[in-house]
Amino acid sequence: MIAVIVIIGILVLLGIIFAVLYNRLVGRRNQVDNAWSQIDVQLKRRYDLIPNLVEAVKDYMQYEQETLTKVTEARAAAINAGAAGPEAQAQAENVLTGALKSLFAVAENYPDLKANQNVLSLQEELTATENKIAFARQFYNDSVLTYNNATQMFPTNIIAGMFNFTTRQFFDTPESETAVPKVDLR
Amino acid sequence: MYEQIRHNRRASWLLMVVVVGLLAALGYVIGLAWTGSSSGGLGLLGLFGVAAIVWSLVGYYAGDRMALAVSGARQITHADEPQLWNVVEEMTIAAGLAQPPAVYVIEDPAPNAFATGRDPAHSSIAVTRGLLEKLNRDELQGVIAHEMSHVRNYDIRFATLIGILVGLIALIADVFLRSRWFGFGGRRDDGGGGAGVIVMVLAIAFAILAPLAASIVQFAISRRRELLADGTAVELTRNPLGLAGALQKIAADPNKLRAGNRATAHLYIANPLRKVKDAAGLFDTHPPIQQRIGLLLAMAHGEAAAAAVTPGDAAQIPA
Repeated sequence: MIAVIVIIGILVLLGIIFAVLYNRLVGRRNQVDNAWSQIDVQLKRRYDLIPNLVEAVKDYMQYEQETLTKVTEARAAAINAGAAGPEAQAQAENVLTGALKSLFAVAENYPDLKANQNVLSLQEELTATENKIAFARQFYNDSVLTYNNATQMFPTNIIAGMFNFTTRQFFDTPESETAVPKVDLR
Repeated sequence: MYEQIRHNRRASWLLMVVVVGLLAALGYVIGLAWTGSSSGGLGLLGLFGVAAIVWSLVGYYAGDRMALAVSGARQITHADEPQLWNVVEEMTIAAGLAQPPAVYVIEDPAPNAFATGRDPAHSSIAVTRGLLEKLNRDELQGVIAHEMSHVRNYDIRFATLIGILVGLIALIADVFLRSRWFGFGGRRDDGGGGAGVIVMVLAIAFAILAPLAASIVQFAISRRRELLADGTAVELTRNPLGLAGALQKIAADPNKLRAGNRATAHLYIANPLRKVKDAAGLFDTHPPIQQRIGLLLAMAHGEAAAAAVTPGDAAQIPA
């Protein structure tokens, strides 16, 4: 009689542990998906800010039309590349980052521009957006790490194998982004 | 970096176990010496215990508003302080929190900051005007990351819990000692003998020393959680030099925080009451600032050495 109770108790305990570990895996996988879409949110924010920046600096930088055009075109390309898949989008984003860096480098030559409050606050917003994109990617990678650990470490790996929880890939910065961008000064 | 974080978490839980152990030991020894009138004593204890819990709940739910009011903090919006607001939002994203904490500014030239709130959804961060003026963006980011880490690690809740336990220890010890004075517990007319006296002496010694020991442990826990917050701040920013630079500037600043007082001192990033010291005193809420800077710089140089070894990878975008 006692043996039966003990066995039932052990089975119930195992069931509870099973459920807890399964839920933990689901929670972590959902966090990875959420973190991935948060990166997109920050990228779109950058698209919205850029036209304002170009408008604000246009009047001061009459001799820098080429740089300004490059920025506008890169932005349009990045928006379109969104439909072509994550790799194409990442490439387009890199081009846009390079164009923005050139723009800020060129702006150093215009003291009037640097003193303009509008431009300063826009610059702060863009810096913040660049940082937010970076931190969103960082958080995505952190989430992938926690999730991958859960799928590979004992005992959660047993449950992961049973229900087909696969490991996710980290977001690596492509070669072109780690290279120092060529700043076009005229 | 992760090693330090794990080490600090382990150490603070160990210290918590010590406090609980002290409480249990005190209760046991007193109970042993009090076997004469245990029910009456326990009744009184229960009353005081309930009072302590109610008081602690008030502190738990309204404590953050009290701390903010005492320090003269003013809530700000994005329009008031765009850079500060942006930095807080950046750290919120890095920490993966659902919403950013409320942001406050204290008009005081001394650079300092504190965080309060029982969990991430009900948290606030306050910075002084001095901090905003004297630190650059990276250093501000480091300080905000440190404060966000306090919120993320539930340090305020942890400190409240420890406070309850330490308070209970002091309470029990106090009640016991007073009962001895008025001759309540331990009145035995049956002549208990030598063993009873020894246990009584032990209980009195415990009752005097336990609150002191608990207090020392509480301060040790506070120092440990500060180091943990430093470590998890670097986990957020991945830039130990930012926070190191901020701490250096804060340590070098001669201004004294006007709003600093003993009740809220432990919440700030740098102790507003004591000047710079080399070694940690037993009753310090914060570890010595030079030690904190040293640990952060060691993290930075360690990473630089590691980066020289690992090669870059080809582009990989997850599906």
